[in-house]
Parts: sequence; C-alpha cells; structure tokens
Amino acid sequence: MLQPRFTEDVSGLPTCKFGPSSLTWWGIIGYMVIEGAAFALAFAAYFFLMGHEQGWPPEGRLAPDVLAGTLFTILILLSEWPNTMIKKAAHAGDVPAIRRLMPVMVAIGAVLLIIRGFEFNSLNCRWTDNAYGSIVWALLLLHTAHILTDWLDTVVLWALVRTPLAYEPRRQVDVDENSLYWRYVWLLWIPIYLMIYWVPRL
Amino acid sequence: MTEREPIEEENRRLAQRRRKIARDGKDLTGAKLAGRLERTWRRPPGIVGWLATVDHKEIGRRYIVTALLFLALGGVLALLMRLQLARPDNNMIGAERYNQLFTMHGSTMMFLFAVPVMEGVAVYIIPLMLGTRSTAFPRLNAFSYFMYLFGGLLLWVAFVLNIAPDVGWFAYTPLSGPQFSPGKRADVWAQMITFTEVSALAAAVVLVCTILKCRAPGMTLSRMPLFAWAMLVVAVMIIFSMPAVALASSMLISDRLIGTNFFNAAEHGDALLWQHMFWFFGHPEVYIIFLPATGFVSVMVETFCRRPVFAHAVVVLALISTGILAFGLWVHHMFATGLPRVGYSFYTAASMSVSIPTGLQIFCWLATMWDGRPRFPVPMLYVVGFIVTFVIGGLTGVIVAAVPLDLQLHDTFFVVAHFHYVLIGGAVFPLLGILTYWYPKITGRMMSEALGKVGFWLTFVGFHLTFFPMHWSGLLGMPRRVYTYPAGLGLELPNLISTIGAFVLAAGVVLFVVNGLVSLYRGAIAGPNPWGAASFEWATSSPPPVYNFEHIPVAESVTPLWDTVDDLPVVTGLRVDDKEMLLTTVVAAAPDLREPIPEPSLWPLISACAVGVVFVSSIFSPWALAVGIVPCGIALTAWFWPKELKRHPEPVID
Repeated sequence: MLQPRFTEDVSGLPTCKFGPSSLTWWGIIGYMVIEGAAFALAFAAYFFLMGHEQGWPPEGRLAPDVLAGTLFTILILLSEWPNTMIKKAAHAGDVPAIRRLMPVMVAIGAVLLIIRGFEFNSLNCRWTDNAYGSIVWALLLLHTAHILTDWLDTVVLWALVRTPLAYEPRRQVDVDENSLYWRYVWLLWIPIYLMIYWVPRL
Repeated sequence: MTEREPIEEENRRLAQRRRKIARDGKDLTGAKLAGRLERTWRRPPGIVGWLATVDHKEIGRRYIVTALLFLALGGVLALLMRLQLARPDNNMIGAERYNQLFTMHGSTMMFLFAVPVMEGVAVYIIPLMLGTRSTAFPRLNAFSYFMYLFGGLLLWVAFVLNIAPDVGWFAYTPLSGPQFSPGKRADVWAQMITFTEVSALAAAVVLVCTILKCRAPGMTLSRMPLFAWAMLVVAVMIIFSMPAVALASSMLISDRLIGTNFFNAAEHGDALLWQHMFWFFGHPEVYIIFLPATGFVSVMVETFCRRPVFAHAVVVLALISTGILAFGLWVHHMFATGLPRVGYSFYTAASMSVSIPTGLQIFCWLATMWDGRPRFPVPMLYVVGFIVTFVIGGLTGVIVAAVPLDLQLHDTFFVVAHFHYVLIGGAVFPLLGILTYWYPKITGRMMSEALGKVGFWLTFVGFHLTFFPMHWSGLLGMPRRVYTYPAGLGLELPNLISTIGAFVLAAGVVLFVVNGLVSLYRGAIAGPNPWGAASFEWATSSPPPVYNFEHIPVAESVTPLWDTVDDLPVVTGLRVDDKEMLLTTVVAAAPDLREPIPEPSLWPLISACAVGVVFVSSIFSPWALAVGIVPCGIALTAWFWPKELKRHPEPVID
C-alpha cells in the first residue's frame, strides 16, 4: 500500500451550506427532474390525445368550471409570499420566524387540498367517460399527489423545527430546500391549470 | 430575545466539544487510525445489522448477486425456448406457456438483470473509484435494492403461481389491455415495472449526487475516470427516461382496473400512445444498459494497455452525445405502425447517426491498444470479444434503421439476432470481463485464469453459434414470439444450430459462475492492486475496509496511481468518532463540506415493505393507494426523524 503524503487539513470546512453545495439540494433537484419528466410526458399524452378529437372537450361535453381551479391558482401563487419569507428566515437562521411561518404554510396547504376536492367536482367529466376525461383526471391527480406529498413533508418539518434541532444549521437548510420544492409545486401547476381549464376554451 | 441567550451559551459549549473531536491526520494514521475507523464504521452484527446496512459495498454485492441469479433464471427460460424450437412442429411447450416464457425472459433480462447489475457494479465501485467513503444517501441506496428485490420476487412468484405475464416484455396495448388480457397477468408485469422503476430512479439519484459531489479533491470533471462519466450519463438518462414507463404502466393499470380510456380506441384513446411512451423509455434503456459497459471497456483497455485511453475528451463527448441522441430515436421501433414520410426519414437519420459517437469510442479503444502495450488476460479477452460482436450488432442495427429493410425484417428472428448481438455482445461480454477484473477487489482473491479462458471461449463461440444463425432464419421469414414453425421451409438447420449454441453458451456462463465460487476459497491472494491499474479503487486493500480509505486521497491526474512514485497525496481532518465524508465542488472538486453519513437503519427496509404492499395490493383495488399512504408516510417519516432531539457538536444522522 502507498504511504500517505499529507497535503491539506479539511477539518475547518463547514458541515452545511445553502444551495448547490448541499448534497440534499442535488437530491431534490434530481427528484424535481424525475417529476418534471413524468409531468412533461403526461402533457405530451394530453396533446397527443387532443390531436385525435374534433373538439376539445369532445363534442357534447362541457369544459371544466373555472371557479375552484382559479381560486386554487390565486391561493397557491399568493403562498409564494410566506414561502419566500420562510426561505429568507432560514438563510438568516431566524428560528422564531421559521417557527412562526411554518404553520402558515401547513394551513395554506390544507386549504389548497380542500379546494382541490372541489376542483375534481367541477371537471364536468368522469375518468371513465373517454380519453379526454382520463387524461384530465390524470393531470389533476398527479398534481394532487405532488401537493399532498409536499404538504406531508411540510407537516413533518414543522414538527421538527419545534424541537431544539431547529437551531442546527442543517435543519435550516432543510427548511430552505422545502421552500425551494414548494416553488416547483406551484410553478408546475401553472401549465396544468391552463391545460385543464383554458385549453378546452380555446 | 429571552430564548437567544441559552442558545448562544449552548453554541459555545458545543464549539468547545467540537475542538476535542478526534480526526485523522499526521498524529492519527496507520494501524491506530484503521482501528478507530473500523469501530466507527462497522455495522451491528447479526441479522438486524445485515438488513439495516447502508454500506455501499454490501448493497452493491447484493445487487450484483441478485441480478446474476435473475440472469440464471432468465437463461433457463431461454434454454427452454431453444429446446422447443430445436425441431419443427415441436409440442414440448404449448403456445400459451411459450408466450409466458418469452415475456418472462425479456422482462427478467431487461428489468431484473441488465439495468440492476450495472447499477450494482456502479454502487460498489464508484465511491471507491472516486476516492470517497460512501455513496450519497446510503439509506436511499438500501431502499432501492429492496424495491428491486421485491419487484423481482413479484414477477417470479407470479410465474410459480401461474399468473405470469404473457404479453411480451413491451406489453403492447390493446393486447395487454382489459379486453384482450383479462385476469391479472398483465397487471403483474405493470407493477413489476413500477417496482424496478422506483428502484432504478432512486439508484440514479444516488449515483448522480455521488459522482457530482463526492469525488476526491482534485478530481476535476476532466480528470474523472471514464466509468464514472459513463455512469453519470446513464444515471441522467434513467432520470429522464424511466418516468415515461412508470407513467405508461400506471395508465395501463388504471385502464385495466378503474376503466380509464388512455389506450382504448373505442373511447378515442390510442394504442400507439402506449408505444410512444414505452419506447421513449425503451430506446434509452438500451443505452442505459450499453453505456456502463463502454465504461467497463475503457477501464479494462486502459489498465491492460498501460496507457490512458486515447482521446479521453472524445470518449467523454461520445458518451454524452450517445446519451442525448438516445432520446431522439424511439420511433424507429414503430416503423411498422405507419408514420408520416418525414418521420421515417428523421428517425432513420437519427438512428444511423448514433453509430457515429459509438464508432468514435471503438476507434479510441483501438488506438489505445495500438499505441499501448496490450496484455490479454481474461478481462481483455472479453474486451476483444465485445468489439468483434458489438461491431456486427451495430452493423445490423444500421441495416434495420433503414425503413424498407425494417418493414421486411420487423418481428423476425433477424431482429432477435440484432438485439442479442448488441445486448450480450455490447453489455454482457464487458460485464463478464469487468467482474473478472474487479473480482479481486471485491473478494480479495483472483479468479482462475485457466478456467476463465475456457469459459470465455465457450461463451464467445456459444454466443455466435446461437445468434448468428438467427440472422439467417430471420431473413427466411421466421417470426419471433411464435412457439413453433413448420418443416420444409429451410428453418430446421439454423434453429438446431441455435439450440446447440445456446447450450454451449450456457456452459460458458456456468463455468464463469463455478470459477467465481471456487476462487472464493482457492483463488490466489490478490493484494491491493493485482492488475497494476491507475484508479483509486486500487489504492486501498482488497477487499476494501468498511470505511474504504484511511485518508481521503487527492487526484493529481487522470491516472493517479500511475503518476505517483511511492506515496499517495491525501487530505486529513475528517472525524473518526462518527461517520463523515468529504464533499467537493461539482466542477473543480475543491473541498467544500464535511457531510455526516447515516447510521444503519431498518427503516429503508420497512419503507420498501410498506410501498411494496401498496403496489401489490393496488393490482386488486384502487383503494390500496388511498389506504396505503398512511403506512408509507409513517415509515418514511420514521426514516428521516432523528433518534435524539438534542444537538450534537457536529451533525450526525442516527
């Protein structure tokens, strides 16, 4: 075996940083790309099936009612405001602010999930009706899974930041990356909102 | 403000304790350091420790052994099919069972052998090659193995219970839809896909993060070994392609279970949607299997020619461009479905263009051999076998990329010959070579050279004897996936030769396995670097200790072990009282962070069980998803939840 030749001492390096230095940041980006690829293919399937129809929605069907979906969109866009505040609090290591704001995000997520229930009710079609119904339900269901998993994640993180561990910088990185992910959740919603509610009205 | 003061006091106290933590360095090195690291890194003994392990070497070994068992099972099915086809009008196996056999064979080989074995080798070797102590996210790595194992068990238990899928490994709709495949056979296939995709995606994220963030200091992207490059490209390809088949198989199950109409033409769905989504995954899949093998070849060619691979940068660019082009050719699997003219031209051109980067890689290896001093031990024989076989398979690939020829040859044995040339020649030969090559690293002993040579020649000759005649029977019009053929069409001789060849090939593989087992006990002791190779996996003992390296090595060139005289530059300062690894920056590999490594945990296994129960029961009821979210949520939360809710001087993941 080769003898070691000592070059550099790394004991002074930090144990966590925000952004692309963090290993979990890369993990989250990886999962975002995976989900993005799945959504992109679902979008492709939507337009592929649309190409087979004379009308969209198919003749004799009503486009989805826009009220619930629009309320959902407004609320999820507004949620970026507390979300940004949490992100800033995490970067500043401001634990009291994180503890104050996390329940706000949990509450917003809960309200969004309730509105989502009404959205399913306003699609004016069933998944069994035809391919149009299937793909519209699939898009909404995929995004619901997205929002539900992030909501559960936020609840767990909220419980965690109520413990003394909130003062660990790594937990603040967790909070920061959870906020990053939430941005992705609402960004992805915008094309889905347009496809479900407005493409059928073109 | 009242809360701040005790926190600051706590911070001061923790900082004081932090200064007392033992770290590797000039004062803590050699046997003393090895003992400390061993105590910190070894997992608990017994069955619980075995199930809870997060050591990438244990997980990698399990991946490799499990995948080889599935190779054996898939191989037995192939032999049964060859026996059935040995003579015309044979009734040994009926049409229905034959449908199950080729479906099981294809699905096992693609999803349970080829992709997992490449991931397994990478999971074992990549951290060693990069000079680090662990993969990123070791618990996710353990989870991915269990998901893979459960997916494989689902398929094979179903086979034993006579509910094996029978719709082909690509399960085309409408055949696999509710109308033509009642029962649960197609659902078993679709859920096996979900298991293996979740597993492969998790392993891909682990590999990307490991390769980008855990490299040894100084191992800039331009100094990264070619196998790591190949696995980086492959992992990114998995991330972009596998969601397609996961989504498609979910749509298939929902068509079958809850009456959606994605693929139901009567309600304006489209069977071709399935083909597009499947092949958008399925074509990159071929390169996901092939590119790791090109990485193996680069590794072996470098070592056995005693020079760095010719035109390192060209090989890297070829890997990346193959990865990108792979996403632009899926429609060539669908030439027979009827496409617009421009579609034919585009996908023909795209399919032919992928031979350019692949050809570049082959010329780079040839140039390396030309310019180096090649030796030909067993691994290198497999490299030569690979080049010969893969070039033939590549040429028939260019042939079937041409639409008129493809329309003639579609679904004949010519295609079967083509893809076995590229998959066995292109991936299994390099795999057998690299297993021989890394065997001493994994086990500490050498495989027998004599048995290895006999095994190679049996495998090589048996392979060509099996598959070359299939070009011939395919050109004569023999369709694939039909359980027999009539006498008098000239198909007897090529089929008989193929069957004889299949048994010779099987003998070669059996000999490889025997060699592997016997050498475990009788093989010559290997030492750290038996082949005189240049990369970091050879800088540690064989087999490596649980912590991989006593000190983290520093890379000063592409071939670090060749470019150092008698010592190895290392960095120091990682803690030895708890598990810690070094993270470096993505491009320049400058030391960036110290990262705690999770302790062993049963929760990845429990989570995989919870997810597995949901997947299997969702074959029978959609409510499984709604109910199953509860146990899955509990298991995943317990996985992440810290055991102690108190702060440590430095972060730990317990």
